[in-house]
Amino acid sequence: MTVAMDVVQLETDVLVIGSGAAGMMAALEAGKEGAGVILADRSLIGRSGATIMAQMTVAVALGSQTPDSWEHHLADTLAAGRELCDASLSQLVCEEGPRDILQLDEWKVGWARNDDGSIRQALAPGHDRPRCVYVDFLSTGPAVAKTLRGRVLRQKEVARIGDLYITDVLVTDGVATGAAGFSLADGRPVMVKAKAVVIATGGLTRLYQRNSASANMGGDGYALALRAGAELTDMEFVQFFPIGHLAPRLVGMDPIMWDPFRYKLGGRLLNAEMREFVNDYGNEEAGTYNVTRDRATFAILSEVKAGRGSPAGGAYLSFQHIPAETLRASFGPVIDRLAANGIDLTRMPIEVAPIAHYHMGGVKVDARMRTSVPGLFSCGEANGGSNGANRLSGNAITEAFVFGRTAGRTAALHARAAGNADAPVPAGALDLVSAVAPEHGENHAGLIAELQQVMSVDVGPFRTEDGLNKALAAIAVLKTRVGALPPGAPGPYNMARLDWFDLRTMLLVAEAVTRSALARKESRGAHQRDDFPAMDPAFVLHHTVKLAGDDIVLGRAPVEGHTLCEVA
Amino acid sequence: MRETATLIVRRGNAGEDAPTSSYEVPYTPGQSVLDGLRFVRAHLDATLSIRHSCISANTCKECMIIVDGKVDYACTARLEPREMVLEPLGNKAHLRDLVTEITPPDERMEHALKSGLGKVVAGA
Ligand SMILES: Cc1cc2nc3c(=O)[nH]c(=O)nc-3n(C[C@H](O)[C@H](O)[C@H](O)COP(=O)(O)OP(=O)(O)OC[C@H]3O[C@@H](n4cnc5c(N)ncnc54)[C@H](O)[C@@H]3O)c2cc1C
Ligand code: FES
Repeated sequence: MTVAMDVVQLETDVLVIGSGAAGMMAALEAGKEGAGVILADRSLIGRSGATIMAQMTVAVALGSQTPDSWEHHLADTLAAGRELCDASLSQLVCEEGPRDILQLDEWKVGWARNDDGSIRQALAPGHDRPRCVYVDFLSTGPAVAKTLRGRVLRQKEVARIGDLYITDVLVTDGVATGAAGFSLADGRPVMVKAKAVVIATGGLTRLYQRNSASANMGGDGYALALRAGAELTDMEFVQFFPIGHLAPRLVGMDPIMWDPFRYKLGGRLLNAEMREFVNDYGNEEAGTYNVTRDRATFAILSEVKAGRGSPAGGAYLSFQHIPAETLRASFGPVIDRLAANGIDLTRMPIEVAPIAHYHMGGVKVDARMRTSVPGLFSCGEANGGSNGANRLSGNAITEAFVFGRTAGRTAALHARAAGNADAPVPAGALDLVSAVAPEHGENHAGLIAELQQVMSVDVGPFRTEDGLNKALAAIAVLKTRVGALPPGAPGPYNMARLDWFDLRTMLLVAEAVTRSALARKESRGAHQRDDFPAMDPAFVLHHTVKLAGDDIVLGRAPVEGHTLCEVA
Repeated sequence: MRETATLIVRRGNAGEDAPTSSYEVPYTPGQSVLDGLRFVRAHLDATLSIRHSCISANTCKECMIIVDGKVDYACTARLEPREMVLEPLGNKAHLRDLVTEITPPDERMEHALKSGLGKVVAGA
């Protein structure tokens, strides 16, 4: 049932959905092109996605301390992607990354410096030389978010609207013409007419029970794109961060904070027998800790499966061989925050295990960030393709910058040329957000937790046909339990309704991941099938996902731009 | 015997009297108040509204509430096996339950409407 209710109608040239690094870059660039921009976020502008949580590395071939060029960066990116990168997208990230890093430097983000004043570059796994810039330890994301937010505040073409939850992209005659959603503060339905729409909503790691990301990362952009008629690619590739914090419980600190500790001090990964094991799986760490994420994840989970895991079900990470003074010299106040959590690294190992962290797959775009729907663009982690089957550390923020800027520009140019300013609003556009329904018996927050459990058990880093089929069956049951309408009536910060919209999205996206994983009968990068443990050349292809009515349809697309592998 | 924490939570929409709900949640050492509130939402009462996004990283600053009379972040305040009184911030406009209006004024819908980006129309 819908009742008469006030509706907010907004109008702009470019609507950017999501205000992480990608969204803020897109808004800045579109504004620079002279477009009027609405930058919308379901939470606070610039504070609520993965960007502000990022800890450390931003990969970019600056060559500021070791000679480097974007071709080397590209070669490493393609190698990590295990033949599945869309090389035109990877190239864009590697070639244009330096420009954005220097732009951020000019905006005073505070990249760490060497004594000679050059921008410092650290070595991270999978990179052939020191290539990652950062802002102090554990502060890169906050610094990037704050700097971009500061710029957005000064860009007069950009209007910021927080607490605006976008639920659907509006499509008229196959063209994106705006979006529908609701204002969280009062529950009012909102319609935004726009000549161009940019998806910048980040990833999907909230689908998993243990994840490193924020509550806003349930894959909203993927569902928005699918329902608008756009295509997704590589949805089976969910990246697990190998050494996510597991035990003892740590409060107020990020679960993936151990990476810099390990690089800097050489933390030892041990099994229940207190033996280092990563090299047992064909890796050669040799004290450099540069094993890529998929390989480290595989090693840890294999030990757990073999019964050699730590008590909480992971591996031990030990710094007991490092003197207390060295620990403090390297990590200063972080050591005190750990102590407040009852953790003394000189006396005890902690437990770590893979944790859902990033999504390689996503909206399929071309090198100008155009989706298959005219007027609809996408950028940042919401996109698929540039990282293939596995992402190198540090590439995600660079990608958010470059893709964001590109999308902003393309969208502004499109808006300038677009003739859809007076497109009629599709019928029923606001039906869901203004629906009033009985509070039906289900607890949607509980159902979300159930879905997260299903995904973790059966669609985690290790997959089998049986498990994936089990997950599909569970998702189908959950779908029937969700109900067709959000419960209750629109009102101020009604979280029960918000959960319903989140679940609607998460179930669609979970199904896209699971179906793609079922179709990929091989193991490659972040996608590991116990029943098909080897890489299979027949699967050098992308799985694509579209929606036909309510049904997910899988397709296949060739991998483009292989020849570029020879560039470097 | 399993220990529990009792969360006494101020409920209701803006301008309403201040009823409270009391919830018993299982306690294990190391948990945060937000862990307790999320347990309530998933297992006991999904209508309880709280605000958070980063969950435990303490970067988003959305989960600020009053814990036992003192302003604190729900995601870093420790859950304790006793009665704990949780209230919305007193110095911000109240929206619902533990949620207050913390969006900067020029990033609210009202501001967008005032600056001419759109209008409010009566719905069908
Ligand atoms: C803990 C952590 C550490 C990381 N560390 C690193 C690192 O060191 N180096 C690196 O390169 N990468 C790192 N990453 C990955 C990287 O941070 C992300 O890939 C990147 O920041 C994504 O940027 P984005 O702008 O695409 O999305 P996000 O920053 O996630 O922003 C998405 C925004 O969209 C909003 N949104 C979502 N849905 C909707 C909707 N329906 N309506 C309105 N708004 C919506 C969200 O609220 C959010 O603000 C890390 C990630 C995490 C979680
Ligand atoms: S949930 Fe982000 S600061 Fe508490």
